[in-house]
Amino acid sequence: MKRETLLNLGLMAALLAFPLWAYQADEPFLITLTTRAVIFAIAGVGLNFALGFGGLVSFGHAAFFGLGGYAMGILAYHAQTYTPLMEAPFLIEGTKSMPVIWLVAVVISAITALAVGALSLRTTGVYFIMITLAFAQMFYYFANSWPTYGGEDGLSIYIRNDFPGLNTMDPIQFYMICYVILALVLGFVWAAARSPFGLMLGAARQNEERVQAVGQTPYRLYLVAFTISGAITGLAGALFADLNRFVSPTMFAWNMSGEIMIFVILGGVGRVFGPVAGAALFILLEHMLGGLSEFWHVYLGAILLGVVLFARGGLYGLIAGREVAHD
Amino acid sequence: MSIILLIEQALNGLQFGVMLFLMAAGLTLIFGVMGLINLAHGSLYMVGAFAAAATAAATGSFLLALVASLVFAAFAGVIVETVVIRRLYDRDHLDQVLATFALVLMFSEGTRWAFGSFPLFLDKPEWLSGTVMLPFGIEYSLYRLTIILVGLAVAAGLFWMIARTRIGIRIRAGENDREMIAALGVNISMLYTLVFALGAALAGFAGALIGAIQSVQVGMGEPVLILAFVVIVIGGIGSIKGAFVGAILVGMTDTLGRQLLPMFFGLFMEPAAATSTGASLASMAIYLLMAGVLLFRPKGLFGGA
Repeated sequence: MKRETLLNLGLMAALLAFPLWAYQADEPFLITLTTRAVIFAIAGVGLNFALGFGGLVSFGHAAFFGLGGYAMGILAYHAQTYTPLMEAPFLIEGTKSMPVIWLVAVVISAITALAVGALSLRTTGVYFIMITLAFAQMFYYFANSWPTYGGEDGLSIYIRNDFPGLNTMDPIQFYMICYVILALVLGFVWAAARSPFGLMLGAARQNEERVQAVGQTPYRLYLVAFTISGAITGLAGALFADLNRFVSPTMFAWNMSGEIMIFVILGGVGRVFGPVAGAALFILLEHMLGGLSEFWHVYLGAILLGVVLFARGGLYGLIAGREVAHD
Repeated sequence: MSIILLIEQALNGLQFGVMLFLMAAGLTLIFGVMGLINLAHGSLYMVGAFAAAATAAATGSFLLALVASLVFAAFAGVIVETVVIRRLYDRDHLDQVLATFALVLMFSEGTRWAFGSFPLFLDKPEWLSGTVMLPFGIEYSLYRLTIILVGLAVAAGLFWMIARTRIGIRIRAGENDREMIAALGVNISMLYTLVFALGAALAGFAGALIGAIQSVQVGMGEPVLILAFVVIVIGGIGSIKGAFVGAILVGMTDTLGRQLLPMFFGLFMEPAAATSTGASLASMAIYLLMAGVLLFRPKGLFGGA
């Protein structure tokens, strides 16, 4: 077995074993911490689909993360206050059902990613980075100044949404939901990366002219990748909002985009499981450095700088070797 | 609406635009010459503001505070360039974004460490407070008017430097062909440090000038940084002229949008709804402007080819 495969399996096993141990040891805080890591991992896997496989450096994935969050927030808010979301032209009611919320989050973020991508992909390089950033800022300021759903104070949802047959307020049950979703998303991305589409996307990243020469349109490949990527990150946003039972414009903030990017880089760009390792490492660092000093972002910055300057390829690059999986 | 209020808001927009230009000029120069995307530019803006606030508190002199903002921001720029940024020139944009994002984290938390989370205050000097009468009976803040004039003077100086001086010639040459000017005996790494320090000084200067109107606090650089990005994307990355036009456009759109859009919606909506709709749209206006520009000019208004 390749070292990368071993690492993947070890990672997923650890993410299963650790919360179960925490459950046995009656440490609900550690379960919640791992839930955060898993949700961030989903967001990172989403970004990695555009960034790693398509080479699209999006600095605005907080937009989709936040949209997913607000999809949950708004639907649950209307269910909680028993007010309809919309009456004309047809009635839309709020809901507390997780699967419905997920579906809405995915569809909304996919549509937005399609629109943002259609505009942004007209540009390349730095322009693309800055435009995606600017679009995310647009959502950030909009959420801040739109008073209906709490403005800058955000929205609190008192009770976590429902999943048929489970008690979602129990940390370990909610964790298992997130873990299964992560596994499904990873399976989807793994299959997509090996599909004709995924291979063509990788080819477009490496050489656009050649892809054009065989009759494919790079723009269309990128747009599909960007849309899927946004949809996955949106799903993560809905879960994150449900974890905190709270949404606020900070989910749209540019630091969020930066952090999602950090998950991808810490783990290893273009590796299917990279963001999982990255998010787990990030949460670990946050937990350890946060205990060390109130100003732990200084250390995080230093570590990130070190990784970018000296350890390209992230955790997976260090352990599994640099050129094993990709390219 | 009175025409006087409109002119006053237009002046505010101009003031905002001129300050944005000071930020954007550095960003666009650094990108144009070194091909580097620098997220830490907002941190240099913050360094300038903090240096000015600390100096003003110690000496009581606003002019000394401005000098300190230039010196400290340029100094921070030189250090950052030689220690970190220099290693990033040959890297792809993703590495540059991440490394400079890491710098932002370190700068922000480091400043919080040193100065605490509470905002510092930098007062505008007495000789610049109060208002002046402009033609047509418009009363306007003397300090803001001074900012506009100083900013325009700096912009003119920058244009002159780029177009007329030897250093400007080298900077333009560096944008076109860095190997060639290195071969001609120009110390390219010195030139890079210089350009970075110049951009940093401009950002720090803007930070100090704005710090006297708003509060000086950690995180003050990020909103401005992102607006400066919008500016250079609209203007065309690498173009100083584009940065100027883009900055004025963004400054005007933002300021006038906040004033006019709520009034516009007030024409046919009830006041509360008009205010919130107008404010929400106004906060998005510059991004819509950017999207519009890019739809027709994917490389910005003055971007090459």
